[in-house]
Parts: sequence; C-alpha cells; structure tokens
Amino acid sequence: MTPETAMQLALAAPLVGTVLIVLTGNRPNLRETVTLVTAVVMFLLVASLLPTVMAGGQPEVTLGYMLPGLPLLLKLEPLGMIFALVASFLWIVTSIYSIGYMRGHHEQNQTQFYAFFAVALFSAIGVAFAGNLLTLFVAYEVLSVSTYPLVAHHRTDEAKRGGRVYLGLLLFTSIAFQLVAIVWTWLATGTLDFVAGGILAGKVSPTVGAVLLVLYVYGIGKAAVMPFHRWLPAAMVAPTPVSALLHAVAVVKAGVFSVVKVAVYVFGIDFLHGLAAGPWMQYAAAATILLASLVAMTKDNLKARLAYSTVSQLSYIVLGAMLATEISVTGAGMHIAMHAFGKITLFFCAGAYLVAAHKTEISQLRGIGRRMPITTFAFLIGSLSIIGLPPFGGLWSKWYLALGALEADKMIMVVVLMLSSLLNIAYLLPIPIRGFFCEPDDNPGHGGDGRIHEAPWPCVLALSVSALGCLVLFFFPEPAYQLLGKMFAS
Amino acid sequence: MISVHFPVLLVVVPLMAAPVCLLLRRLPTATWVVATAVSWLCLFFAVSLLLRVLDGGPISYLLGNWAAPWGIEYRVDVANAFVLVIVASIGAIITPYTRQSVLRELSPRRIYLFYVMFCLNLSGLLGISVTGDAFNLFVFLEISALSGYALISMGRDRRALTATYRYVVMGTVGATFYVIGLGLLYMMTGTLNMADLAARIPAVSHTRTIHAALAFLTVGIGLKVAMFPLHTWLPNAYTWAPSAVTAFLASTATKVAVYVLVRVFFTIFGKADVFELFPVRDTLMGLAIIAMFAASFVAIYQDNVKRMLAYSSIAQVGYMILGISFATVTGLTGGIIHLFNHALMKCALFLAIGCVFYRVGSLNIRDYAGLGQRMPLTMAAFVTAGLSLIGVPATVGFVSKWYLVQAALERDLWLIAALVVASSLLAVIYIWRVVEIAYFRAPPEGAPAVAEAPVSLLVPTWIMALASVYFGIDATHTVDIAHKAATALLGGGS
Repeated sequence: MTPETAMQLALAAPLVGTVLIVLTGNRPNLRETVTLVTAVVMFLLVASLLPTVMAGGQPEVTLGYMLPGLPLLLKLEPLGMIFALVASFLWIVTSIYSIGYMRGHHEQNQTQFYAFFAVALFSAIGVAFAGNLLTLFVAYEVLSVSTYPLVAHHRTDEAKRGGRVYLGLLLFTSIAFQLVAIVWTWLATGTLDFVAGGILAGKVSPTVGAVLLVLYVYGIGKAAVMPFHRWLPAAMVAPTPVSALLHAVAVVKAGVFSVVKVAVYVFGIDFLHGLAAGPWMQYAAAATILLASLVAMTKDNLKARLAYSTVSQLSYIVLGAMLATEISVTGAGMHIAMHAFGKITLFFCAGAYLVAAHKTEISQLRGIGRRMPITTFAFLIGSLSIIGLPPFGGLWSKWYLALGALEADKMIMVVVLMLSSLLNIAYLLPIPIRGFFCEPDDNPGHGGDGRIHEAPWPCVLALSVSALGCLVLFFFPEPAYQLLGKMFAS
Repeated sequence: MISVHFPVLLVVVPLMAAPVCLLLRRLPTATWVVATAVSWLCLFFAVSLLLRVLDGGPISYLLGNWAAPWGIEYRVDVANAFVLVIVASIGAIITPYTRQSVLRELSPRRIYLFYVMFCLNLSGLLGISVTGDAFNLFVFLEISALSGYALISMGRDRRALTATYRYVVMGTVGATFYVIGLGLLYMMTGTLNMADLAARIPAVSHTRTIHAALAFLTVGIGLKVAMFPLHTWLPNAYTWAPSAVTAFLASTATKVAVYVLVRVFFTIFGKADVFELFPVRDTLMGLAIIAMFAASFVAIYQDNVKRMLAYSSIAQVGYMILGISFATVTGLTGGIIHLFNHALMKCALFLAIGCVFYRVGSLNIRDYAGLGQRMPLTMAAFVTAGLSLIGVPATVGFVSKWYLVQAALERDLWLIAALVVASSLLAVIYIWRVVEIAYFRAPPEGAPAVAEAPVSLLVPTWIMALASVYFGIDATHTVDIAHKAATALLGGGS
C-alpha cells in the first residue's frame, strides 16, 4: 500500500465507521465493536505512514479542487504525523473507556454519540493531514460543527447554553478573524500551501504580517488564547469521554496544531521572529498560562478545573510557536503529545469518579483513594506529567520550551513556565494527595462501604493505558524529537 | 436542427403549457404531469444552451427572423445561460414537491390554477433571462409578476390577499419605473435592443436624461429585487404564500431581478462612463450593507419561521448587490455565484419549512419543539441548508463569502470585509434559534403525534440540501461559470 493510499484510507475509515455505527445502532455490542475496529484500523493506517515520514517523505494527495486554483490537499509532514498518531491512538483508548462510561452511566442516544464521535475523528485527521490552509480551515470547521451535538448531548438547558457558547465562539473567531486572514494570505501570496520556510516572507510588509499574526492566533479559537477561551469550560457539559478525547486532545490540539503549523509553514520562523506582533502574542500566551492556572485553582468542579488547566497548557504550545526558534517549536510539537496523554488520563479519572462514586466536585474526593486506588494513582501520574516532573513525558516538552525561551533570549518566559509549574502543583496535586491521605467524608455516597469499588473495567483499563503512556513517553521521547527536527530540514 | 430554436422554446413551451393546464382543469393530476414535464424539458433546454455557450460563445437568436435591432433578439451568453439553468433546475426539482404540498394547502378546485400560473411564471422568468431586448424584458417581467401575484394569493390564510395586494402595488410601481427609464433611453437612443443601447449610450451619457433613466431603472428593478429599502412587500408575500410558491419564488424571482440589474449596469450602461458622474454603485454598496445587517437583525426577532427566512432573503440579496457594487471581476463573480448558491440553500430551507407545515400545519417557531426527534430527516435538511446560510466551509455559503471577502480586500475595503463576515454571523443566531427549539425543547403535552414528511416532499428537499453541500465542496465549475460571466460582463457588455 502506498503512503498516499494509506492517507486516504485513514481519512475514509472513520466515515465508513460512522455509516456502520448508524446502521448497527439497534445492536449496542455490534455497534461498539464497529467503533473499536474502526479506531484500530485508523490507527494502524496512520502508524503505517510513520516510516515514510521518519525517512523524510511527505506524501501528498490532491482530493479535488474546491475553488479554481485551490485544491483540497492532503500532505503529511512531521507535526501532522504526531498529531494524527496521538489522536488515532487515543481514540482506541477512549472507545474502550466510552463503552464502560456510557453504559455505566446509562447515557441516552448512544448511537448518535458514537456516530458524531467518528465524524469528529474524521475531521481531526483531516486537520492533521491538511496540506494547505483551505483544507485545514474546512476540516477545522467540520470539527467545530460535528462536536456540537456531542457537547450538547444531554439536551438539557445547561447543555444548550454550553453548546451555544461553544459553537458561537468557535464560529465567531474562525469566521471573523481566521477566514479574513486566509483570504488575505491568498490575495497577498497567491498560494495557501504549507511550505517549509513560510509563504508570507517577502510578500507582505512586516506591518501586514503583524496584523495577520494577530488574526491567525485569535482566529484559531480552538487554541483558546484568552479572551477567547470561554468555549472550553462551556464544553464540559459534555459526557466525559467527549471532554477527554475531544476537549483534551482532538479539538484543542487541532487548534494549537494549526497555530504551530501557521507559524512554521505560513509565516516561517525567520519571518515570524522579526514581526512586531510576535512579542505581544507571546505575552498573550504567557498571560493565558498564568491567568488560566489561577482560575483553575478557584474551581471546585473537577472537570472545570481540568478545563482551565487545559486552557493554560494550550498556551504553552502557542508560546512555543510564537517564540519562533527551532527548539521552542520542537517543544511545542512535543507538548501536543505529552499534554494529550496526561490530560486525557485526568479526564478519564474524573469520569471514573463520576461513574463509580457519583462525585463531580473536588471537595467530595477526600479519601477517594481508598475506594478507587487505581484511578487515583493514575490521577497522580497524570498530574505529575502535566506538572512536568520526571519520570513522566511532560518533562521533555517543558524542557524544550524553556530551552527555546532561553535561546530566544526571553528570560521572562522561563520564569512564566516555572511559575506555571508551581501553580500546576498547587491545583493538581492536592487532589490525589487528599484522596489517599485524608479520611473520607461522613457521607459515603454511592457504593461507599469502605471496600474497593472501581469504575467498570473498560474505564480502568483505558485510564491505566493512558497513564502508562505518560511513563513510556518519558523513556522514549526520541522518535518525536527526531520527527519534529525534520520540520526544519528542507 | 431543432436545437437552434432552444432559446425561444424555453419561453414558448411553458407559455403554451399554461392554456393546456387550463383545458385539463378537471384533471388536477394531469396538470401536474404537464407542469412537471414542461419544467424538466426547460431544464434540458437550459443546460444544453449553457453547454453550447460555454463551448462556442454567445448565441443570438432572431425572433421570427426579424433582424435586430428592429426585431426582437434573444441573446444567450454565459451570464444568462447560468441564470436560465438556475431557474429551470429549481422549477424542475420543485414540481415533484408541489403535488402533495399543494394538495394539502390549496382547495382542490384551485389546483389546476396553480399549475397554470406556475407555467406562466416559469415562462416569464425564463423569458426575462433569455431576451436581449429591453422592452421584451419588460413584457416578461409583467408576465412573471402577474402570475406571481396570483400564486401568492392562493395561500389559505386570508392574509395572503393583503400581502398580494401590497405586492401588486409595489410591483406595479417597480414595473412602471422600469418602463419610464426605458422610455427615456429610447428617447435618447432610438433603440430597445440591449447591445444596440450599449453602443449608443456613451455618446449621450453625460445628459441628465440618461442619468434619470438610470435612476428610474435602478429603483424599478430594485423594487423587484427587494433591495433595501424597497423590500417591504417581500416578507408578507413570502410568509403567506403556499409553501411551494415561496420556495420557488424565493429562489428564482429575486434572482432573476438581480440578473436584470447586472444586465442594466454592465451591458446596457457597460460602455458608458455614467457611473463616474452618478454614484449609483456606491449608493448600492451602502444600501447592501444596511440590508445585510438590518434584515438579519429583524430576522432574529421573528417568531414565524417563514417570515424569518424571508427577512434572511433580504439580507442575502444584500450580498448579491454588494458583489455587483464592487464592479470588479471578483466582486461580480461573488455576486453571481451567490445568486446560484443562495437559490440552492434558500430553496432547501423553504422546502424543509414546507415539509414541517405539511405535517404540523404551523409556521410558528414554538411548534417546532421536539421536531428534531420527530421529523429527523426534515430537520437534518434544515440544519444542513442552515449551515450553508451561515457560510460554514464545505457548503455553498462559504464559497460566496470567500469571493465577497476577497473582492473587498482586493479594493482595500477592510471595513466592508469585516462587515461581510460579521453579518454572516448573524445568520448563526437566527438559524440556531430554530435548531435549539427543534432539538432541545420537548413537544408540549398532548401535542398530536407527528410523522416524518412524505417521500415526495423529502426527496426534493434533500436534493437541494445536498446540492448546497456538493457545490460547496466542488465549486470549480460554478465559480468558473460565474467568473466567465463576470469577465464577459465587465469586458464591455457582449
């Protein structure tokens, strides 16, 4: 199978899966089998592309022309490879988790849930494979729209409000800023292709470049740079698997991935370096890192705290892209993978607490470690990885981001990164520590008879796998590092 | 070869079908068969004309073989061939829908009248598009307008009558203005043939008479277009007309009127420097922007879904007028492509509303509660077309927006570009109001059970909804045609 065919099949797999999921909707076991098989097939197809990309290849497929001169183009480069691998692997894990969660929690409309989930993965892979800005934009918007039914899954008033903020903000930023920036880029350069070294250099004045940078960074609302971050906490009304895979991995990473991609392949790091708006965007990202962490500390709802933590962590990646050095961009790319494994673990745990103990607030989680030791231990691992402590993967991305900040001569950003790590400790670690060492509350809640009572086994399996992933990534960051190095090779 | 006569057959066949329907008045089904056959035949004529024009350049057909400019010339170039295809295909796809929809909404004795008027209307709209003679255009304008009034007045609700009356008054004023403008042109040039007018106007373009003519023509056509602030007839007319009529007129009548405006500006006045002396286009740009915002805001506050979409149409016409007012190839391409795109999506939306009306019998947004579960296919079509109206990528609305924003940026009109994207976001609000009620609100206690709409209504609805996605993903052909049309129109009006 040629890499080109594999790319098309990887894109087609979730769509075929969607159709089959809808057709098998009346038979839940068959339906979940379809989801799992689709996820595995997609992962294998994506993984089969790795050797090609490792060898420096960039397979390219034109799907057809959307507008005259503007094709829907797939082109796989290192950054997209990492994003696609992470998203498709974690889809398998999330699918296993979903089976336990959705049944354990007696959710409604499960067929619709699995079907839109597959569409969302289709568009996430579309974002990862996009070979030009137009394709990226199309996949990005399909992702926004296809995840709306998932966010609003519960059909309650709260879900309606959450969905409104979610779709409203994402559509507003993308149409009002990003679309204008893309059309402007097209007019100025006559191309929308992702080219190593960028396409804007020499085509637009630094002033126009600065305006475009602002339009792109805020226009890619999925990157959740403040003040356009509100959609992410709003999305937490969704069932936990959605928060886990989509709002810790696929959707949010599609945002920061787009930011990095635009920085590297549209602006080019050399051109980006000289832009007046560059430092401002760095400050915007730094402010988001710190402010979101501070807000996270005030949240007692576990998912809300994790959401603000995600907002903060996403800006690490934006910061890495805006610092515009090879090392900082490498750090940004690695953080896409590292944060994905850490944060999805935390969300899996949050969902497990909900299913097994019906607890949503952090203050209710005292002593939970005695009842759910595996889950709480996984939460600890996820937290440590997010904080960036060894022996967990999160260390590496923070390491390279800090190195990049030093290389860019931005001591202040190193301080911001360190400060943020301290804040992470402050708002994440108390949860597992209290879980293990505090006495449980008087009110034992659901199933609280002092014995071990974990969530359904698929949930426990999934969160163990993703926690293990954090550990594995500490010992094997090499492939990711080498892969990202190829972004600047040509 | 019969194909030489396609331009005139486009008009004659539906025109002759009208009396045939009248003769068949005791057999309502037969009238439907005739109308369906005729509309598909017209589509065949229109498509083959478009293919020929794309291949071999403009076609000139002399009616009765009387030489132009004395005889009437039918002149088909890319621009009007495209409009012909739009009108004919909407007609062809709607006729299967009309059968059950009309049966539900009209008294059985009137069904034959519906098809008589439908054929006349089709004939008029195709005639406006195909003719190269400015006065002949007026004749067809009246044929389509009069039959249009009749169609709207067939609505069951008695408010349809006052709505029609208002439309008659406004429409007649519009037609009169058009004739006055034409009379002034005739006075100055002595000709009514468009190409001939285009050649003769530059010599007299500095005169006040010509300026007055342009003003009369713009206002007259503006009334037909429902250009803000001449739109007041439209919301009521669309709201109270039968569902199928609204779907048909909303996606053809105003579009054809926009085409006439394009013809007048870029063919008849194409070679004259009158626009430098007389800032019609800048005025239109301002009005278009106001329409885009004002009508969208009004749409947000409507409780009648059909009325909401009617106001949305006024806003969308604003986009087309905006594209025209740029007077650049990109802008005009955007205007023409939006003509096609808006026809698709608005037709799909009105057809979906018609499906709901067929089952629920209400246009009020409150009665949409729970329809997401009870009429899933209809509401899915509504959402698809609604996303297109918003302009989400991979739908036709995105293509229109792309060219309009590009045209604005090309001329360094940053503010206009910002306003285009901002106004399109207003569509999110009014479409999502319906979505939230249909999917999130449970139907009231004791509401009668509602089934999915019948297949004959669903199929045309979905054809339109899918077309509004398909032509958004692969827009190369439609954009190419619009671009050719725009280039030809700006290239001196041939």
